[in-house]
Amino acid sequence: MSKIIELKNVNKWFDKFQALKDVSLEVNQQEKIVICGPSGSGKSTLIRCINRLEEHQEGEIIVDGKEISDNTKDIEQIRAEVGMVFQQFNLFPHLSILDNCTLAPIWVKKLPKKQAEEIAMRNLEKVQIADQAKKFPGQLSGGQQQRSALARALCMEPKIMLFDEPTSALDPEMIKEVLDSMVDLAKAGMTMIVVTHEMGFAKEVADNMIFMDEGRIVEKAKTKDFFDNPQSDRTKLFLSQIL
Amino acid sequence: MKPSKENLTSFVIFGGFFIFISFLDVLLNTFLNLNFTGFLPSKLSYFAPLILGTIGLYFIRIEFSGNKLLDKINTNFNSTNFNAILTLIVIFTLIKYIPPILNWFFFDANFSGNSKEDCTGSGACWVFVKVWFNRFVYGMYPDAEQWRINSAFILLFSLVGASFFVPLKIKKYLLIFLLFVYPIIGLKLISGGDFGLKYVETGAWGGLSLTFIVSAFALILCFPIGMFLALGRRSSLPAIRYTSIGFIELWRGVPLITVLFMSAVMFPMFLPDGTYVDKLIRVLIAITLFEAAYMAEVIRGGLQALPKGQYEAAKSLGMGYWRMHFLIILPQALKLVIPGIANTFLALVKDTPLIFVVGLLELAGMVNLAKTNPKWLGMAMEGYVFAGLVFWIICYAMSRYSQNLEKKLSTER
Repeated sequence: MSKIIELKNVNKWFDKFQALKDVSLEVNQQEKIVICGPSGSGKSTLIRCINRLEEHQEGEIIVDGKEISDNTKDIEQIRAEVGMVFQQFNLFPHLSILDNCTLAPIWVKKLPKKQAEEIAMRNLEKVQIADQAKKFPGQLSGGQQQRSALARALCMEPKIMLFDEPTSALDPEMIKEVLDSMVDLAKAGMTMIVVTHEMGFAKEVADNMIFMDEGRIVEKAKTKDFFDNPQSDRTKLFLSQIL
Repeated sequence: MKPSKENLTSFVIFGGFFIFISFLDVLLNTFLNLNFTGFLPSKLSYFAPLILGTIGLYFIRIEFSGNKLLDKINTNFNSTNFNAILTLIVIFTLIKYIPPILNWFFFDANFSGNSKEDCTGSGACWVFVKVWFNRFVYGMYPDAEQWRINSAFILLFSLVGASFFVPLKIKKYLLIFLLFVYPIIGLKLISGGDFGLKYVETGAWGGLSLTFIVSAFALILCFPIGMFLALGRRSSLPAIRYTSIGFIELWRGVPLITVLFMSAVMFPMFLPDGTYVDKLIRVLIAITLFEAAYMAEVIRGGLQALPKGQYEAAKSLGMGYWRMHFLIILPQALKLVIPGIANTFLALVKDTPLIFVVGLLELAGMVNLAKTNPKWLGMAMEGYVFAGLVFWIICYAMSRYSQNLEKKLSTER
């Protein structure tokens, strides 16, 4: 298996506050990584640096062989290959679900409209909301919106998917339907980095677990080892509180 | 004596009697000039209907009376003594002042004839508007050439009308034609000079048609300029940001009338000798830039109201700056600020009369000119009422259109 994401000694500051401290990480193709940690630990910042929604100041981030730098063209290319699902869904409220899904393929990947719609419907079927395609985001439930957002990201046929607390803004009932879609995606072999507090999901799909605190990666381990035999005291404390 | 449900009928009759007397007093006073409360001291007589009416309304204020009409009156117009008084004042004012206004407008007004001497009634002299109508619409444009203005506007309206009915594919080209080709055709048709059309200098243009020309050009041009200024003001590039801020603050800080003066008097001094830019063009540029500064701030308000997540979602899909703004951000931001945009547009239309300072006379300017004609002195009222009505119709139509647009574009549940 080959490396698809590589972070080398990444440092990131928000003004004086250091959000990421010397973070290094390698992700292989088809690997599923779940990042957990207390709030403010830098886990969201870390994945947002991977598609440069945040800029890092020091270190190197290499995604699919391209280094992330100030070069706008490269960044746009990387973003087209890296899908992202947000906590707040961030669907485009002025467009129908179908248009949400076809917009980027048509305008960024320059696909013909018909082909883009075929891809969109296929992905909407995968997340089981094909029947809602003509509706607007405001007409759907939170869970349906988040699954649409997942479908929208998949329509770009990304090589990597980033999830930034995808279930944190959802009612408990709707969390499962979103997680189910994510499990399906994992089984289909997608490379995934997921920031979440859903430990059940982590145990089911993650190859590796990462625990972050105060901008550092405190622990990285195989999922089974991470839960059965955590090494650091901080991890033990965190796990004892959320499990 | 507290009104109660037990003696409902007697209270309603009693109260109704007082209310009847108060209305009778006002009606007699207005239409027959009788004052049967004249025996009272003059101040008391003046307020008598109000006092009687309030007492009457007090008696009929019975909650849950069971009578639907009475309950409706009580909840909507008569919930407290204060509201009762307000209700009466409004009704009495309408009774007293609507008839004289109608008289002035219609019943005592003169419509036929063609000189001031034909106006014998005490009401409005619409003969004035009738005789000058042609000038009010076309200004000093030669009578024989007025078909050119007519056809330019008929073409415009039919194109705009057609754009509502044709399918989306043709609509795109129609809009491009309207925005980029039509203005040239329209202006050429009206100004003439080629194709065997007699040249008509812009000084002769005027009246309502000039109002439309100036408004339409400024509206169409100030919108994209304002949009780019709004984006510029939020740009991360300092050069663009500060240029935009400077431009916006400069134009917003200067009164329009000063801008127009400058365009007429100072601007030509900066031009090299021998070059000449038409007065109307200069005015159009001045108004456009002025309104663009306002438009920019309205649109910026919409841009700022959008959550950050919309930008991030667009970026995460690989969209660059322009695609993100034109596909995601602007459609939402503009929809949010439709009321503000309509506001700016209406203000623009109503600002057009100011072009009189450079000697261009649109509708209000022509009225101004006509009322100083020695043969028609004393007709200011009719002229301004007419101009006011026309402006109101234009502005109200635009306002309604913007409301429709808001509804049409709404994607809420």
